[in-house]
Order: sequence, then structure tokens, then C-alpha cells
Amino acid sequence: MAEPQQKPAHAKPAWPNLIHAVLKRNGIRQVGYVPDTGHAQLIALCQADNEITDVVLTTEAEGPALALGAALGAERTALLMQSSGVGNCINTFSLLKNCAVPIVILVTMRGEFNDFNPWQVPMGSITEPTLKLCGFLTYRVEREEDIEDILASGCKMAFGGGNLQVAILLSQRMLDRYKPEGH
Amino acid sequence: MMDRRPFVAGLLVDRGDLLVVTGLGSSTYDVAACGDHHLNFYIWSAMGSTAMVGLGLALARHDRRVAVITGDGDVLMALGSLATIGVKQPGNLAIVCLDNRHYSATGMQPSATAAGIDLAGTAESCKFKRVERVSSVDSAAAMRGLLHSGEGPIFVHATVQADDQKRVFPSRDGYAIKQRFMQASGR
Repeated sequence: MAEPQQKPAHAKPAWPNLIHAVLKRNGIRQVGYVPDTGHAQLIALCQADNEITDVVLTTEAEGPALALGAALGAERTALLMQSSGVGNCINTFSLLKNCAVPIVILVTMRGEFNDFNPWQVPMGSITEPTLKLCGFLTYRVEREEDIEDILASGCKMAFGGGNLQVAILLSQRMLDRYKPEGH
Repeated sequence: MMDRRPFVAGLLVDRGDLLVVTGLGSSTYDVAACGDHHLNFYIWSAMGSTAMVGLGLALARHDRRVAVITGDGDVLMALGSLATIGVKQPGNLAIVCLDNRHYSATGMQPSATAAGIDLAGTAESCKFKRVERVSSVDSAAAMRGLLHSGEGPIFVHATVQADDQKRVFPSRDGYAIKQRFMQASGR
């Protein structure tokens, strides 16, 4: 019987660098986020990038408004949030539809695989349908090797002229092996 | 305490290339009452979002001045956004809060500011560089000067009369007003 895959201690994934590179290639200039373990590396990359304005939000609900303002100034925005944050945005997502603001949102999933906290389940289990109801195209990423392609495709959908709203859902199973000890 | 309409009109005299974002409801009507303008962006949904739209725009357009004109209800729904703005310290952003202590669009129910909640003090706590408390139309010229050249982030707390004025409806076509705004602002 094969040994189960060992979780590398304090392993750092390579995909946050890929996400950062794809966002750069697509001209993303503002990145709004509420801090999150799964996005921690990507947030640090954005903070260190002089061509990206990083904005720490007090609630994810601020993100769509930030994106609308940025769009009025012809800048593209990406938002980083946990699945719980999607629920906080339902009403403010209306700004994106009403004004045809293209956007890519990267959502780290909670409450779907090996989550220590069952209170994450009610929102995690309705995150993708909620996004669809809010008018988003949604793409799930289950394997690290798919992140770059799926995000690049999502950016093309959002920013390729259709002014669409795109959410990339990063599965908790994929994120799980990188979570720090004690999470 | 003052009439909100002449105060807003005074803020927008000779506005030049000032970019203006208005909050859902009365403050949109106040700005529209001064005459529609290609550099106005009116928000018609997502109450509590006006300050953040102003921030996104101010960060994207360092070359322009941005004025958010909104009400106490909208700011109360976005107290956290004052902190978000305080962190970024946009030098080109001003927020004008027309505080009538009531929700005039829905029948004049009292808001939290009617109980003495201090939005100007909140802005100070959130590290706004300049916070002004005004209650007379005579202050409009000085506040207009701040919108054009004060060092931001600026918060102007304007105490206005609680009255439900004539509603002046500008366009509610979000796509159209966005495109118009972008073209007029050279983007």
C-alpha cells in the first residue's frame, strides 16, 4: 500500500507567484483584500509590488466599491477573499453589474474539506451558487497545476471586452496541505 | 444649521476638472440640482459604498482631485471605510458628509447621528489629515478651496437642516454614466 502523501512542514506553494504573474500580465493595478491564510503569500507579493496598489479592507463588502472607483479611473482590480467574504458582498456586487465593471475575484474556500471550524460550512457550501446568482462566472481550481491556466482564462473573460465578473474558487483540499500548523 | 442645496452649489462653483462621486439618495439629488455634469458619478445601489468608490478613483487618478458628496446614513454604513481610507492616506480625496441626522429618502427616521454619534470625530480617529465641522452656507467657499487644493484625506462634516427637498433625478444608467465619466476625465 502506498504511503499517504506527507504534508511538508511549513511548505510554501509556488502558485501564489503564478497568480501574481498572471494578474500583472493582465494589468491589474489595485488589489483589495481582507487578510487570509490561503492568500497570505499572494498578499505579501502584492504589497511588495510598486505597480500594484494594495488595499487592506475592513470588510470584503468594500471591495466591489473599490473596484468601481478604480474602473472610473481606468484601473483594473482583483479582490482576494475567503468564501465567507462572498456573503458580505452580495449587495455591493450590484455595483459591478449595474456599471459593467470587469473584475476577477480569487476566493479561498472554507468549510468544504478538513476544516477545523464547522461554522464555516453554511457560507462555504453556498459560495459558488451565491456568486452565480450575483452574476459571476465561476471557475473552481482543484489542482495546483491548473491555477495559471484557469486564472489566465478568467482574466480574459473579465477584461477581454465583455466587462464580466469572474470568480476563481481555490478548493480547500488544494489549500489544505499548505495551511500552517494549528490551523 | 444650513440649507444643503446652496452649500453644495457653493462647493461646486467653478469646479473645473474636479471628479465628483455622489451617495445614494439626497446627496445625489443635491449635486444633480446644480446641473448634470460629465464628471459626476452617481451611485444608485449598495448604500455605504460611496467613500470606497472615491478611494478607488483617488488611487487610480493621482493627477486629479476627487470629492465624495454623501450623507450621514451612507457614512454610518461605512465607518470601516473611513479606516480603510485612513490607512491609504489619499492626498487627493475629500469626503463631504451632509449630516441631517435623518434618513430623508425613507420618511425622516432619525439616524445614529441624531443621538450624537460624531462622524467628524470618527474621521479624526481614522487619521484624516483635515477634518472640518461646518454649519453655515458661508463656509462653502472655504470648503470648496479645500476640495481643490487641501491635503487629503479631508473630511468635511456639514450640519444641514433635516428637510426633504425636491428630488432631482439624474441618469440611472450605470454603464452610460461610467463611460461618460471616463471619457470626460480623459480615460
